[in-house]
Order: sequence, then C-alpha cells, then structure tokens
Amino acid sequence: MQRVPFWNCCVLVAAATLLIGSAGAQSHPAEERMVAEVSSGRTGGRLVIAMRSEPKTLNPVLAQDAPSRDVIRCLTADLIHINRGSQKTEPALAKSWTASRDGRQYTLRLRRGLRFSDGQPLDADDVVFSFQVYLDEKIDSPERDLLVVGGKPISVEKVDQYTVRFDMAQPDAAAERLFDGIAILPRHLLEGVYRRGDFANAWSVSMAPAEFAGLGPFRLKEYVPGQRIVLERNPYYWKQDGSGHRLPYLDQLVFLFVPSEDAQVIRFQAGDADILTRFSAENFAVLEKQQSARHYHLDDLGAGLEYNFLFFNLNSVDPKTLPEIARKQEWFEDKRFRQAVSGAIDRDSIVRLVYNGRATPLWTQVTPGNRLWIDPGIPHPALSVAHSRELLRSAGFSWKSDGSLVDSHGRPVEFSILTSSSNAQRVKIATLIQDDLGKLGMSVQIDSLEFHTMVDRLLKSHDYEAAVMGLVSGDADPTSEMNVWMSSGDTHLWHPNQTQPATSWEAEMDRLMQQQLVELDHSKRKRLYDRVQEIVADELPVICLVSPNILVGASDRVGNFHAAILDPYTLWNIDQLYVQ
Amino acid sequence: MTHRHKLWAAFVLLACLHALVFFAGFFAPYDFATQNRDLTFAPPTRIHFVDAQGRFHARPFVYGLRNDPASAGYSVDQTRVYPIRFFSRGSTYRFGRVFPSGLHPFGVDDPGRLFLMGSDAFGRDQFSRFLYGGRISLMAGWIAAALSLLIGMIVGTLAGFYGGWIDHILMRGGELFLALPWLYLLFAVRAALPLHIAEWQVFLLLVAVMGLVGWARPARLIRGVVLSAKERNFVLAARGFGASDMHVICRHVLPQTWGVVLTQMTLLIPQYVLAEVTLSFLGLGASEPIPSWGTLLAALQQYYVLSSFWWMFLPAILLLPVFLLYYAAADALQERLASVPL
Repeated sequence: MQRVPFWNCCVLVAAATLLIGSAGAQSHPAEERMVAEVSSGRTGGRLVIAMRSEPKTLNPVLAQDAPSRDVIRCLTADLIHINRGSQKTEPALAKSWTASRDGRQYTLRLRRGLRFSDGQPLDADDVVFSFQVYLDEKIDSPERDLLVVGGKPISVEKVDQYTVRFDMAQPDAAAERLFDGIAILPRHLLEGVYRRGDFANAWSVSMAPAEFAGLGPFRLKEYVPGQRIVLERNPYYWKQDGSGHRLPYLDQLVFLFVPSEDAQVIRFQAGDADILTRFSAENFAVLEKQQSARHYHLDDLGAGLEYNFLFFNLNSVDPKTLPEIARKQEWFEDKRFRQAVSGAIDRDSIVRLVYNGRATPLWTQVTPGNRLWIDPGIPHPALSVAHSRELLRSAGFSWKSDGSLVDSHGRPVEFSILTSSSNAQRVKIATLIQDDLGKLGMSVQIDSLEFHTMVDRLLKSHDYEAAVMGLVSGDADPTSEMNVWMSSGDTHLWHPNQTQPATSWEAEMDRLMQQQLVELDHSKRKRLYDRVQEIVADELPVICLVSPNILVGASDRVGNFHAAILDPYTLWNIDQLYVQ
Repeated sequence: MTHRHKLWAAFVLLACLHALVFFAGFFAPYDFATQNRDLTFAPPTRIHFVDAQGRFHARPFVYGLRNDPASAGYSVDQTRVYPIRFFSRGSTYRFGRVFPSGLHPFGVDDPGRLFLMGSDAFGRDQFSRFLYGGRISLMAGWIAAALSLLIGMIVGTLAGFYGGWIDHILMRGGELFLALPWLYLLFAVRAALPLHIAEWQVFLLLVAVMGLVGWARPARLIRGVVLSAKERNFVLAARGFGASDMHVICRHVLPQTWGVVLTQMTLLIPQYVLAEVTLSFLGLGASEPIPSWGTLLAALQQYYVLSSFWWMFLPAILLLPVFLLYYAAADALQERLASVPL
C-alpha cells in the first residue's frame, strides 16, 4: 500500500522532466549522488578500446568470459565496490552499511533517488530481486558459489524502501567484498522474463538497446556483429566529480573486436585504439621505441595477481587405465623429487628470456603485487643443480654413465609437460624447464595442446604427467582462492574435487583456509594464510615460477588514466576517464 | 643450356642440399638444442679480416657480444678476437648416425660464438637449426610423397586397367578424398593421440595421414596413362599370347607410368615439405626443442619478432631456392620425357 504514492510521484517527476527537459532531471531533489575523488575532466568525446573477442552475452548474471564482463562492468553497478586502486572496499549503490557483532548480519542502506539508465527509480525491491536471480539454482550463475556462505545461500530481506538486510549462516571475513561485481538488475524489465523461466536468454548481445537498463556509467547504444559494440553516456549515473559535475565525462565508449594481441598492438600503435590492456613484454619493447613519436605512453605496473607454475599429476589415477602415469606418480608424489625439480629451474632465466625482465620470480602463490597478503618470510632458495642432485640421490635416484637419471628400479626418468599452444609464453617457459631439467638427467618432452583439450585432460581425464599453467586471482583477498587451495575445489589443479584430503598437508591447508574464511581479525587471518603459503612453498603441489608484470598503454589524449593491477586493469575508473 | 644439362644441374644441387641436411650434425657448428641464455636474438655474427687496430688477419675472426642495457641490445666486445677454426672440435654428434664425432667444418673457441644466421629466442644458433630442421621437413616430404604415390599407383593402375565398376568405385572414392579437408583431419588426429607416444611417432603418423589423404591426384594421372597404355599394340599382343593380368601390368603397363611417377615425385615432395611447414607453423608438427623448417618460421607469427629481428626471416628466404630447385628438376624431367619416345 505504501508504494502507491511513490509511483504517483515518479510519474509526476517523469512528466516534469519531459516538460522542462534535461535540466529538470539533474535537479531531482532526493538524489544522493556519490562524489568521486576527481575534479578535472573534460566532458564529451569518445574512447576506443580494442577487445580480444566479442562478448558472448550482456547478461551480468550469466557472463563468464572476460570480454562480456568488461562490457558489463561499464553498464552496471554493485552495492559495495572494491576500489581497484586502493584494493579496499568503498560504498557504491549502498551509501553505508553496518555489520552485526557476530559478523553474520549486514544491513545496507541504499542511496535515495537513483535511477536506472532508462529513467526508472531504484529501490530495495530491485536489490532483493537481483539477489534472488543470482541465487537461483536453475539460473546457475557463476557468481552463485560466492554467495553461498557456510553451505547456505545468503538470505536477503527488504527492511524498508531503501534498506536491505543480508543474513549469513556463518561469519565471512571478506563479506563486504562479496558484493563487488553483483550487478543490481532492473526488476521492472526483467521480472517478467524471470517468472516465465526465460532468463537465460535475456539480455543477449543482439538485444535492442531499449530492452536494457543498468546503473553503470554507460548504456547500450549499438552492437555490430564482428565489428564493435558502442556504449553511450548514462544520463542518470549516480556519481559526480569534486566540482559537482555528473560523471562519466565520456559521451561514447567503443569496444572494437580485434582478434589477436598482435593485431591489438598494431591498432594501438596506429592510433585506432586509445587503451591497450595486458600485452606481452616483447610487444612492450616494440611499442616503447615509438612512445613519444606516436603520442602514447606505456606503464609497467609491476607484478599483478597472476602466478605461473609447474605441477605434477597427483590425482589418484587408476593403474589399469593409465598404467604409465600411475607408475610415474611414484616419483611425483615424493616431495624430494618436486623440491629437486623446483631447485633446478632457473627462474631468473624465465624472467629474462620470456618476459624481457618484466616479471618477478615466485616461490609461492602470492605475488609481490598483493601487498596486503604476501608473506615476506618465504625463503627464496637459490638455483642449485648440486642441491637438487643431492635431494634426488637421497630419494633413491641414480645416474647412468651417459648422465641420464634413473629411479630405484632402474627406469629412466622421462615425463612430458603439457602447455596450451595458444600461450606462447608458457610454451617458452616449458622449453626452458626442459633444458634446466636436462641438467638433472631428466628427459622432458613438451606437449602443447589447444587450451580446452588441455583443460579436459587436467580436470576430467587426468591423462597427463605434468603441466605448466597460470592462474589469476580475481581479488587480492585469499577468499577468492578458496577453490584452488581447498582439496575439494574444482581448481585444486594437481588433484581436484577430493572427497577426503589425500595427504596430511592438504588436510592442514583445508583447515587453514576454512579458518581464515571465518576469522574476522585481519592479523590472525594473515597468519593463517601465511601458513598456507609456507605449505605451498615447502610441499610444492604447484612449483610457482613467475608472475608477469601488468603492462598497459594509453594514448596521450586520455586523461585521469590510472591503471591498477586488479581486473579490469585499465577500465576500472572508466567513469572518470576523459579525452583531451 | 640444354634440358639435359638443366636436369643434371638441378639434381646435383639437390643432392648437395640433401647431403648438407643429412649430415647436419657435421656441417652445423652447434647442436640444435644448445641454449645461450645470454645471447638471445643475437644478430648474425660479423666475420672480420681487419681488427679494431687496423691490423689485417689472414685467418678470419669474430668478436664476442656483450649485453648492452642502454639500448636493450648488444654491443660488440672488441677486446678479444676469436679466430675461425676450420675442421675444429665442437659439439658431439654421430657421424653417419653411428660413429660419435665432434668434428665440424668450422667453429670458434668458447666463449665466442659464430651465429651465421643469428640466434633465436633461446640463444640457439639459427643456422644449425636450419640444417637440422631440414631433416624433419625433407623426410616428411619424401615419406608422404612416396606413400601417396604408392597408393596412387596401385589404385590408378587397377582403375585404369580393369575399368568398369572397379574404376567407378575407386575414382569416386578418390574424389571423396580430394574433398576431404585434410587440415581439420590432422587436427582431429592430433587431438585423439595419446600423450605417451614419442614425438617422432606423432610426426610419422601425421606424415602418414598427409600421404594417405593425398593419393587421389596421382591416382587420376596414372589411371590416364594406364588407360592409353593398355590399348597399345604390344600390350594387346601380349594379352593375345595369353599373358596374365599381373604379367601385363608389371611388364608392360607400369613401365610406361615411370615418367609420370618421377615427375609427380619431384612435384609432390616440395608440396609435402610445404604441408609439413604449414603444420609446424600451426603448432601441429615437431615440438620443442626439435627444429623443423615450419617451427623456424613459426617464430615469425609474433609481431615483435617480425618487427625487430630481420634475421629471423632468413629461413623463409632460404626455403625459396629449395622449392625452386625441386620445381626446376620437375620441369627438366618433364621436358626430357617429352623429347624421349616411350
């Protein structure tokens, strides 16, 4: 009953807007805009960004691929946001929030008077609806796992028109960070589709722009298959700069589909694209030479959150179906074997030859880019073939007269390393490892396969011996790594989806990861995660090798360009970018 | 130059090329897998006769390279001279695949390096890799060409000799193979292979698939020759005397196809070498560190290599005369066959 006068009011305001024009919308009385920490910027203009492939969908609930997510982030907004620059949370659509003392209940207060990009108002019902969709098992959103805390989905309740309460089954140390990336959907547009059970087909890339409404800085203007997607300024966006000017500064944002990195580099070099995100160090060297002549600048942001590693197949494989691998696992399961391999790999060579020096050697999964969580106490053992030989000898290995390594049964130590053929850097890493391990007398073969074929072997058939892979943490917080370090996780690469932890150190990692999840005190959490890093560095389930630096470039005409090491590296402050 | 001379010249040059590749272990100054991690993407080494002080050396020499952080490249270190030694000792290989030897026609003392064609991303000598790479590529060409010709000969002869429904079935089957997208077939075969089998087995299998798929074209040509051959008077006479089919085919029909088979061979070998190059270029061929001409070219897929290191083009340029030689041989062979009555 309370809603009726509100709707009337809306219709009135909408009518007034029509009469007075755009000036009326800006002086909307109850609009609580957020003031961004920028003061300078020029309105207008358009920015062109080259994108590696076409987005598959514009539905924020279903998007999985990076291009879709990049576009969707410009179109939608979340309640609490992780500031990519500071790596900390900040208010977004929720202007403030309180947590109960036991850390299980969060009450969020929304900004009043906000509107979707089609002019319809936002209130708590939209928030409740959004979470209902994200948590729907039938929709099967990739974000759903994050919103299930302690085995139960978060419960969402509307308190009043601008207040929403979230209840969790157990405290979650990173609860505020859960809200990042959960786009608030317009109930007035999507509820009908959702009730009809047709949500999976809603908001495809080819929808008419009028079907879409979001709370992001931009809204959909045009999609040309195979060529580009064009976004235009959202006139109802809820942020303003220090001088009271409504953001974003840009009129238009164009995503061009350019299929390969090299093609992107060439387009950027030619001035066809204004921003270049994440490219190889070799291309950095090529672009660097013409930096001033071509009016662009490049930034090396240092280590990001990507870690590349070598790992061995530690799955419990069936000796009947995969006898070779089962036999070789006798070596792989020996910690001394893994330590010998790790000790013989020349990480500095990888940094130099593969990344032109624009990378950091690693001995554990947390990179120096993750300032809040890195454990500085992890030892960095120097490259030592002699020490590795010592370890192998103590594990019962010996050498034949021609220098080749044999195990205690006299069988030659031979194995193959799997890599993805589309990733030139990882193939190069594998080639260097092959040469390094040759010095230990190991005969290593490299098999580069198409990416999906490789992942199938790693996670489904377990038909591989070793592999070089990389992972990028979605966030600096260890919670985002739960599925990697928990023995039951899908991404526990060396032995995924275990029902019971296979080893005592995996059991300890499980315990530590669970504890850090519910521990609210930061320094205690840090100690728990430090221990996880120590276990990884000592047991070497993955032999961490290197973390590439985040390399970005922007045309000199782009203002307020501050790239970050968190995804989306260059576009996180897209509402503040402007062109001169 | 008469076609006879042309033919001989082409064959002698081809023989030299194959000897270079076959004895790559001897001719190449370095092993194909030896990495020089401090000398990645080094330009071709300059060979000097006159040193920095203006002194003339009768024996050619090279200078070492030093990493130059300022230009992110190399500068020449003129403090030490590395004379080129002929018939020097270097990396060990097996001469004629049996006798281990360390003898090479030329080389320089350590730590000097002589990179005739520069070095690659791992500091490996491109010239040595080019010679070794020919082993895989030429072998692929020969095996695949022999295989497809063998099948083509059998099928073409049967179809041409017997005609009728046999001809129909065989030739329609051949058309099916012509329409087959062999590249996708190879992708599928590669994906289905287990990982345990050795790299050279993967390679042989791929070559076999290439050869097996390519029999249809030579089969058609040979069928044509057989069709006309079997109508010749001496063939008819032999049949009149009651010779068996087998005897007629082997004694009278097949000898008439040799000309076509030989020219086809010289045409098919470069074609399959090219196919191998394509496969390796796409990452389906030999894997690291074993070189092939295709993997040498594959480095050029990357923009930074293309734009920064000109010597990485050298293998591509050197492949041109290889193919031209084969085509010249095929050409001369055809002219010769046309002038000599069968």
